[in-house]
Amino acid sequence: MSALEVVVRSVAVLAAFLVLPLLVGQTEHKVMAHMQGRLGPMYAGGFHGWAQLVADGVKFAQKEDITPRAADRTIFRIAPFVALVPYLLAMAALPLHEGVAAVEVPASAVLLLAATSVGALGTLMAGWASANKYALLGALRSAAQLVSYELPLVLSVASACLAAGTLSLAGVVEAWSPWWLVWQLPGAVVFLVAALAELQRPPFDMPIADAELVMGPWTEYTGLRFAFFLLAEYAGIVVFSLLFAVLFLGGWRGPFSDELGWLWTLLKGLVVAVLVIWFRVAWPRMREDQLQRLAWLVLLPVALAQLALTGIGVVVTR
Amino acid sequence: MTSLDLAFAACGLLAVVAGLLAVTTRQVVHAALWLVVALLGVAGCLLVLGHELVALVLVLVYVGAVVVLVLFALMLTRAPIGPDLAHAAPVWRQAAAAVAGAATTALLLAALVPVAGSAVERREISNQAVATELFGTWVWPFEALSVLLLAALIAALAISRGRAGEDT
Repeated sequence: MSALEVVVRSVAVLAAFLVLPLLVGQTEHKVMAHMQGRLGPMYAGGFHGWAQLVADGVKFAQKEDITPRAADRTIFRIAPFVALVPYLLAMAALPLHEGVAAVEVPASAVLLLAATSVGALGTLMAGWASANKYALLGALRSAAQLVSYELPLVLSVASACLAAGTLSLAGVVEAWSPWWLVWQLPGAVVFLVAALAELQRPPFDMPIADAELVMGPWTEYTGLRFAFFLLAEYAGIVVFSLLFAVLFLGGWRGPFSDELGWLWTLLKGLVVAVLVIWFRVAWPRMREDQLQRLAWLVLLPVALAQLALTGIGVVVTR
Repeated sequence: MTSLDLAFAACGLLAVVAGLLAVTTRQVVHAALWLVVALLGVAGCLLVLGHELVALVLVLVYVGAVVVLVLFALMLTRAPIGPDLAHAAPVWRQAAAAVAGAATTALLLAALVPVAGSAVERREISNQAVATELFGTWVWPFEALSVLLLAALIAALAISRGRAGEDT
């Protein structure tokens, strides 16, 4: 791999990292607005408020960067980057088309899981270093939630990888067949729910419950650092949506997949992202004990059953 | 000296320095975070040696779950911002700990350096090969370990629930 190729690949990932989350954010603005019977942002940029998020970005960049006096300054400052960078790495390993991924590694599924699990550290660091009781409570809740939901998430990914017989995401798409929509359905549902919980999106937003914890671990953050946390959240939606599309919906498989495969992956990912947004509008926030109950008493047994089912399926069909 | 050697040395140095800082820092949460850096250094070393899967699983399990649990436990009990003066150890205990650490290091070096021999060949080990070894040759130790962990899990549950009849 030449130096030029490395630069091109890095720039492509960075561009995707900056553009796709904005796309999801704008979709959220508009979809949520229409689901709630209102228009959403309409003025910025002229046409249906398409530049609203750009305007928000400019606003964030202008705001004062405040570090509370009691805070642990170093940790407080690096926490947003610890939350953000793992998703950048995860996005680099996602394949869009046959042979089209910024970084191709044999165990890309494990790489994605490892990267997204590191992102949780950023939330914890932010919550602790803020020296604010709301932030600390939010960080505690998010730690409990992330550890609980990590297990079903890993098990459902393991089920898809077991069915494909490979840890490489491109290999999973190669092995995918429409039957998986039935065979892997419980695993797919578990993955979607656990991914929502990992993202701390409603109905799993107990850690940042704004009515009681202000903004949870992000309470003390302002300006660009706060924007980085928001970007990490939306990049997380992009990563998990595309991962769902690649693992369970067949990625670039579809009509004209030779030329338009990447478009299929993005489209399927967008559908999943809209689903994530829909969940936010449709469900009220779950209580902390309900969250844990769901993870340990529903998702984990279903994930284990799916793993057993996949194992039987693989043994029988080979 | 190739670039791989350099990368290995850098990762190793990172792991050692972060490990030392994790032990010597007076701030308990910083110690946990330095542990993360040390683990990432070790994962980097494994990656340079071509053991991609082991490196990734190390990050997934230790950084993603174990350190998060450690931080959770610290925050639940006591994690002050700034140096923890309540648990400051007297000088003689610090010295004794340093001696014990140095003695262990010396013992390990004395045992391991003669075994090391010449430079290690970098080998790309496929995930399939790891799986075949783990679930073929080493399947009984693997199963014994998982039964041990299961026993520990059930025991923890039993202890936390208390005796029968005793209301929690």
